[in-house]
Formats: sequence, structure tokens, C-alpha cells
Amino acid sequence: MAESLLSLTDLHANIGQYHILHGVNLEVPRGELTVLLGRNGAGKSTTLRTIMGLTQVSRGTVRFKGEDITGAATPGIARRGIAFVPEGMGIFQLLSVRENMELAAASGPIDPQRLEWVFELFPPMKQFWDKDAGNLSGGQKQMLAIARAIIEPRELLLIDEPTKGLAPSIINDLRDAFIDLKDQEATILLVEQNFNFARALGQSVAVMDDGAVVHAGQMAALAEDEALQQELLGLSLGAHQ
Amino acid sequence: MSANISTMNGSSGGLRQRFAAFRDGYPHFFVLGLMVGVMLLLALVPYRTVAGPWLQAGEEVPALLQLFRLGFTTWFTLTVSGMAMGLMIFIMSSGMTLTFGLMSVLNLGHGGFISFGAFCGATVVAYLSHWGGSGSLMLTTGVLILAFFYAMLITGALGIFFERVVIRPVYGDHLKQILVTIGGAIILMELIHVIWGPTDLPVPRPDLLRGAVIFHDGVPLIGGAAIEIYRLMAVVVGLILYALMQLTISRTKVGVLIRAGVESTEMVEVQGYRIRMLFLAVFVVGSALAGLGGAMWGMYEQIVNAHMGEHLMIMVIVVIITGGLGSITGCFYAAILVGLINLYVGYLEPRLAGIATVGLMVAVLMWRPQGLIPVLRH
Ligand SMILES: Nc1ncnc2c1ncn2[C@@H]1O[C@H](COP(=O)(O)OP(=O)(O)OP(=O)(O)O)[C@@H](O)[C@H]1O
Ligand SMILES: [Mg+2]
Repeated sequence: MAESLLSLTDLHANIGQYHILHGVNLEVPRGELTVLLGRNGAGKSTTLRTIMGLTQVSRGTVRFKGEDITGAATPGIARRGIAFVPEGMGIFQLLSVRENMELAAASGPIDPQRLEWVFELFPPMKQFWDKDAGNLSGGQKQMLAIARAIIEPRELLLIDEPTKGLAPSIINDLRDAFIDLKDQEATILLVEQNFNFARALGQSVAVMDDGAVVHAGQMAALAEDEALQQELLGLSLGAHQ
Repeated sequence: MSANISTMNGSSGGLRQRFAAFRDGYPHFFVLGLMVGVMLLLALVPYRTVAGPWLQAGEEVPALLQLFRLGFTTWFTLTVSGMAMGLMIFIMSSGMTLTFGLMSVLNLGHGGFISFGAFCGATVVAYLSHWGGSGSLMLTTGVLILAFFYAMLITGALGIFFERVVIRPVYGDHLKQILVTIGGAIILMELIHVIWGPTDLPVPRPDLLRGAVIFHDGVPLIGGAAIEIYRLMAVVVGLILYALMQLTISRTKVGVLIRAGVESTEMVEVQGYRIRMLFLAVFVVGSALAGLGGAMWGMYEQIVNAHMGEHLMIMVIVVIITGGLGSITGCFYAAILVGLINLYVGYLEPRLAGIATVGLMVAVLMWRPQGLIPVLRH
């Protein structure tokens, strides 16, 4: 297994008076796509938000490239090269696609070559370049959210349920984009409920339940081990039954 | 708003539909047009036509019809004066609407900055009264620039201090913000008493800004109308500032960050920007603008006192709520509406002027609870 780019050790987090994360341990290997699975309310989104410094850590550590970034401020974490696509996408609806992208390119003007590549991945971004992001369709908004995250080279992408509520054709477009990113050896931590989508993309996998990681390993191993799959998938689909 | 625009395109051209689309798509133009239009109607329809039957019969004309006595020159004077008042209020309000929009900080100490700026401006004008009395255009401009600049400098500097000491500890808690910023306003007022003494301070407006422009009788419609020069200057300064603000907000990176921050401060931070620095900058500029507005208002009234900011705050709050919290465009149109309604109603029925200001807000909010131009929040 590759060296870890990001490690969470015994991570605890509270939201208000609620104790949400109960000791999360997670390693995200460099250059791989790691899928984070788990049923609704397991704490996947909170884990991502805690890495970004949006939810306070009450115990444990977050290490990024070997450096302890526990408790660092969100802008500083972002500037270290971590991009975050939250649940609900977090795009600026009143800004144009261009303005959304320009803000995301925080270190300077957008690199034209990289922009061309983003346009190839997501053609609607080119088409609606000067339109308000609020007028985009749901799928196009998700494209913008991901385009924003990759408009500059990042060390790590945190992406929360990108396929939620999208039509199958758009999910295929997103899959192609992720495959392209994997070819470039980007490091991605992807929260996903859609197991087929996750299985096709993931190299590593971690499964959360009740604020802790209950399984971690290779996606290939999970894909072969029917019994484990049954157990974990039952877990991950529990809320839907 | 986008939905309304699409209904406009999709409509079969029915007049009512188009009217509704205009009303909902451009509520600020609609209200402004309504208010100015009603007054124009009163001005343009001759009184004798409306009141004819009563006049012929020798009876008393009903009060409502007497409103048609308004002539066009008076309408013109009232409209320009209302714009002048509105634009000064816009300058005072713009900072407050942005600080609320960006960080949801309710700064009721804003009025303290208005008063403070007024006193700073008054000090410069009094100190340089020989320039103002010279009648020279250059020296008069010099007095104005120095007075306004000094007011902005001092209130801007106070803003840095205020943000760090008063606002920062109470982020995210509206109740505490209300209490603490009112406390801050009281301290600013006491500070004014300490520096300038407890009495009102007269402001000797420069000679060149005292008179009025009187339109020649030969000019059609507005012949004979008199407009105070100072009000014209206030209109010009206000419009320039509005244009500058719009340019900043629509064209610059800081402007994009402000608009983004009004939508979601969290996502601005996720992109790697320190929202606190942005907020500090906006707060300081907003405080300086409050100071500028105060200085302009003081010179307009030709007298300043420590409580003027407090009184003006009523109008400022009406303006930012009516316009839609966080919207500069909304703030601009609401301020003009407030200025106009004050002058119009003040002329037609002076006792109702104060009520009309609040009435305007209530009417707009009943129709659009988020104000004229709501700013979307996640
Ligand atoms: N603001 C909040 N206040 C209180 N509880 C919260 C808050 N946000 C999340 N929680 C709780 O924290 C737990 C974990 O939530 P989280 O959003 O991280 O789950 P998730 O795994 O992302 O779920 P989903 O698959 O539904 O997105 C849930 O039980 C949720 O109810
Ligand atoms: Mg979630």
C-alpha cells in the first residue's frame, strides 16, 4: 500500500452538544481513490468537514503530508492543497461560472491549458461560462463544483456524494471525469452511497458506522469477498430498507 | 428572480402578464415608478380641472383633491431634494447592509460613526472657514475634499478598533451584538462630548454651496424652480459613489469575494480566503462611508450634534431592510425611495412624513418579505 497522504487518528468531533465522531481512524494513500462508505448519518460528511477545519476536533489528530494540521483554520488547510466539494455542492449561485472558477483558482489567474482540460471533461462549463451558476441544472452544478475543485492542481480532493440525485447519463460523465483524474494520480477521498459507482472507481475503501471506521482495506478485496460485502453493504444500505 | 425573467420570455404578450413580470422582476423600478408617477400625476393634472365643480359651486374642495395643487416646478424641486437626501442616506447605509449581508453582524453602533464623521467634517469646515468664505471654487473644493477625507479617515480608523474590540467577541450572536454595539454607540457619543463639548456645533457651509440654482422662467416646465447647490452636489457625490461601489462589486476580485461571502462565508474559506480579513476591510470601508455620510449630512443641516446619528439610524435601518439585507443595489433604491417619500409626504402632509418612512418599509415587506432585492442565502 502506498504511503498515506492524509491520516486521521482517533478523531473525535462534536457539533454543539452532540458527540458525532467517536474516534475515526483513516489512512488515505497518496495517488489513490479512496471511497468512504456508510449508511445515512454514519458521520461521513462530518469527517470531511472536520478534515477541512469546518467542524472542530475535540480529540485526536489530522495529519496531512506528515504535518499535524489539527485545529488549523479552513483557509490555511485549503491553501495546503486540499479542495473540498461539500454535500449540496456549495457553489456560489449568484456568481457566474467564470467567477466561481476564478475564486477557486486562489493562487492566481486560471491556467488556460488546465481550463481547456476542464472544458473537455465538462463541456457545459464552457457553454455557460458567463452565466449565473444559479441557473445551471443540478448535474451542471455538480460539474461546476468538481471543476472548481480541480481547476488548480491539488494534493487532495475531498468529494461528498457527487452522484446524489443525478440522472444516470450525468453519473457516467462524472465517472469518466474521475477516471481521468485517477490517470493523473490525483489523491481523492470520495464519499459515496452508490456502491456500483464506488466499486468501479475505488482502490481503497473505508466503511463508517456510528461515527467510526468499522472496515478499511482494498476495494478489490471487498468486491471479491461476498460475505463481507453482504455484511458491509447491509450496513451501508440499512437506512434504506 | 430568474423564474420571473423566463415567464417574461414565455408569455404570450398579455399586458397583465408583462406587467406582473416587470413588477416581480424589477421591484425597485416598480416601486420607484409608482411613487414618482403618482406625484407626477398630481403635478401634471391641472388643479382647476379636478376641483372645478367644487370651485364653481363655491364649496370647499375635498382634502384629497387639494393634493392636485402640486405644480410641476414644485414636483421637480421635491424630486431633486428627495434624491439628495436619499443619496446621503445611501452613503450612510451602504456599509451597514454589507456588514450584515457578509457576516450577519448587526451593528447598531453604526449611528455613532455617522455622528463622529459629522463632527470631524464640521471641525475641518470650521477650521478652514476662511477658505469657505473666499468664494473661490478651488478653495471650496479643497474644504470639501479635506473635510470628507478627514471624516472618512477618522471613522475608518475607529472602525478598525471597533471591529476588533466590540464586534469580534460577539460574532454569531445577534442578541449580544445588539447590546454590545449599542454600548459601543454610547461610548462613541460620549467621546464626541469629551472632544467637542456637550453643545451643538454649527457648520459654516462654504459660500459657494449656499445659494440655489434658479432655472430661468423661459425654461419649459421647470422655469422658476430653485434647487440648492448643496443638494445638487450631494446628488453628484452620491451617484459617483454608487457607480464606484457597483464597479468594485461587479468587476474586482474583492467584489466577487464579497458577493460570494454574502452567499456562504464557509465556502469562501474553503476556497482558501480569510473571510475575517475581508470582513474587516468591508467594515472599515463601511464605517468610513458612514462618516462621510455624516459629514455631508452635517453640512446639509449646517449644525451637528452627538445624537444625529441615532436619529438617522431609523432611516438607515428602514433602508437596509426595505432594500434587502446585503444588497447594495437594493440599498441604493430603498434610500432614494426613503428620501423621496420624506420630501413628497413632507410637502403634502408634513405630519405624516415620519410615518410614511416606516409605512413604506411595512408596505414593501408585506409584498416582499425579503426586501426589494433579496440576497440568496444557503
Ligand atoms: N448540525 C448538526 N447538528 C446536530 N447533529 C448533526 C448536525 N450535523 C450532523 N449531525 C448528525 O451527525 C451525524 C452524522 O452526520 P453526517 O452528515 O456526517 O452523516 P453522513 O454519513 O454524511 O450521512 P448522509 O449519508 O445522510 O449524508 C448524524 O447523526 C447527524 O444527525
Ligand atoms: Mg453526508
